[in-house]
Amino acid sequence: MTNPVPTVFLVDDHDLFRAGVRSELGDSVDLVGEADEVRAAIEMIGERLPDVVLVDVHMPDGGGQAVIESVKRHHPEVLFLALSVSDAPEDVIAVIRAGARGYVTKTISGPDLIEAVMRVAGGDAVFSPRLAGFVLDAFSNELPDGTRASVDPELDQLSPREQEVLRLIARGYTYKETARELSISTKTVESHVSSVLRKLQLSTRHQLARWATERRLI
Amino acid sequence: MPPRPGFSPIAFGDRRRDHGVIADPLTPPSPPSAAPDPGPDAASPSVDPGSRGRGPSRHRTRLGHGALLRNRDDRLIGGVAGGLARRVRIDATLLRVGLVFLALSGFGLIGYVVAWLVIPLEGDSGSVGARAMTDRKGMITVVAFLPVLVAVLVVTSALRAGLLSSFAWFGYFTGAGLILIYRNAGDDERGWLRQSFDPVLDLGKGSRWSFVLRVVAGLALLGGGLYFLIRGRSNAAALVPLGAVAMLIAAIVLVFGPWWFRLTRDLVSERQARVKAEVRADMAARVHDSVLQTLALIQRSAADPDRVVQLARTQERDLRSWLFGGRQPGTTDADDEMTLAAAVEELAREVEEAHGVPIDVVAVGDCRLDDELRAMLAAGREATVNSAKWSGAPAVSLFTEVGRKKVSMFVRDRGSGFDPDAVPDDRQGIATSIRGRMDRVGGKVTIRSALGEGSEIELSVPRQKGRP
Repeated sequence: MTNPVPTVFLVDDHDLFRAGVRSELGDSVDLVGEADEVRAAIEMIGERLPDVVLVDVHMPDGGGQAVIESVKRHHPEVLFLALSVSDAPEDVIAVIRAGARGYVTKTISGPDLIEAVMRVAGGDAVFSPRLAGFVLDAFSNELPDGTRASVDPELDQLSPREQEVLRLIARGYTYKETARELSISTKTVESHVSSVLRKLQLSTRHQLARWATERRLI
Repeated sequence: MPPRPGFSPIAFGDRRRDHGVIADPLTPPSPPSAAPDPGPDAASPSVDPGSRGRGPSRHRTRLGHGALLRNRDDRLIGGVAGGLARRVRIDATLLRVGLVFLALSGFGLIGYVVAWLVIPLEGDSGSVGARAMTDRKGMITVVAFLPVLVAVLVVTSALRAGLLSSFAWFGYFTGAGLILIYRNAGDDERGWLRQSFDPVLDLGKGSRWSFVLRVVAGLALLGGGLYFLIRGRSNAAALVPLGAVAMLIAAIVLVFGPWWFRLTRDLVSERQARVKAEVRADMAARVHDSVLQTLALIQRSAADPDRVVQLARTQERDLRSWLFGGRQPGTTDADDEMTLAAAVEELAREVEEAHGVPIDVVAVGDCRLDDELRAMLAAGREATVNSAKWSGAPAVSLFTEVGRKKVSMFVRDRGSGFDPDAVPDDRQGIATSIRGRMDRVGGKVTIRSALGEGSEIELSVPRQKGRP
């Protein structure tokens, strides 16, 4: 990051929502462009190369996943933060796996959104409580009926510390509060979250698909 | 068609009920959700309650007993016998027996279908036949089956089976009449028809194996029949007319095949369009009942931001549970079927509605509810209400996790907080009710709070072995 203020690009097919985000972000970031559809977004992001792209998960023509995948192919340095109203775990996990550095719900408050953008711009991952919950669910070996799922040796298990961090985030703790609770630094919390993100992105499609089926999400 | 509880089949189902119609062997009464094709009714979810149950009787008084009309109430198939019996004042059953004998000769069958087409149903504006005259696609369909008739006639004449050929004629005209009736009858009548023929339509819906078995058995019988036909003539010359017939059939298929194909495709696409329209009407009704109502409420309470936020949150939850949870908006799962995660969502929704504070729910894992978990939920509700009511926090976080050894629940807010060692009197009771509940089921309560730092209540119960 060269600028003190990160450059941000916004992709969402709802005009009203874009206007809302624009006014919430205000002067805290440098908004370099907006797009309301997948193809235009890919083109403009490729030209302007912003630090962070705020991308809606649900759009026609492939949604946020398509934008992230095609931009990442040529410009892996662009960072993405997914925004969605969707609760469906498959959708959220899919954009994270495509390469988003985090996921927040659209009901997030202005200051929280700015903080999330800053955190992503700084190279860290942003886990909302909901995403933390999904990930804990995805990596747990417990099935709804109480039996243990067959453990896939390929699926990197979360370390006990990472699970603790995620659990606190799911409980509604901020990174700072999590750090204090566990008596570690905020930086350490961030590195734990980033490592969870990496594990999530490295796990194969097959494993996550099985996770979803076993929990009857599909 | 998906089941559509609520409004769609009112015109059909209710009218039957209101008049206490005697059960009809051919059209067994079915739950309203099975009633096919709600037609235009689907577009208007609000049915004027005043019009219910008046339908047939109103028309009967207006038209009197003078006109010959098909009987809506006393009917086995099309209501022809019922209507005729009423008109000439004889017993309908007697008439029906007579009709069955006539039908055996074939002419009775065609006569019945023609009567069905020509005589209007009581309460209908015109006869089915009049509408069929303008139904171009229906006519084309009927004509499209002519080649089948021709083929059958050629085969039967080649085999000198005159009896069969007369059956073919009757079958064709009856079938054609039924097709036209089905396409042009009113929605309720079509519903009756479809129920009568449901067993036939369901033939292809069985398992793959039973279908294959049926085809194999059918082919075997066909082969057997041909064998006996040929053997009866004892010389190979018998094969000549058979070969000629086969070539004729092939020629007909070649000539009419593409046309047939297009026709069936048209029919399929027509049906798809109708299904699509039904789905759209269904969506429109749902959106109208939930989202539009809420939007109207939001406009009316624009001056009260808290109420607007609360309305929006409630609607959001409702819509979500429908879109992603497969649950009907506005309904809740039956309690005994409820899982922990669903119960927590429900709890959050109720507290949110009652106190206007958003509750953010995160649930990891899920399991069925039992008495211990219900106690924990009740305690959790107290804690959540507490946070929403007293802490002054803008939102409350609710987290549940089903672990291998225990089920835990965290209620956290970033509000004013309190000193757990110096709980004011008005909160003492609630704290005891939380603790008391959890103690009784062998659970644990941990309260973490400090003034100005918000609070967090942790509840947990050990997970029982073999808990489903």
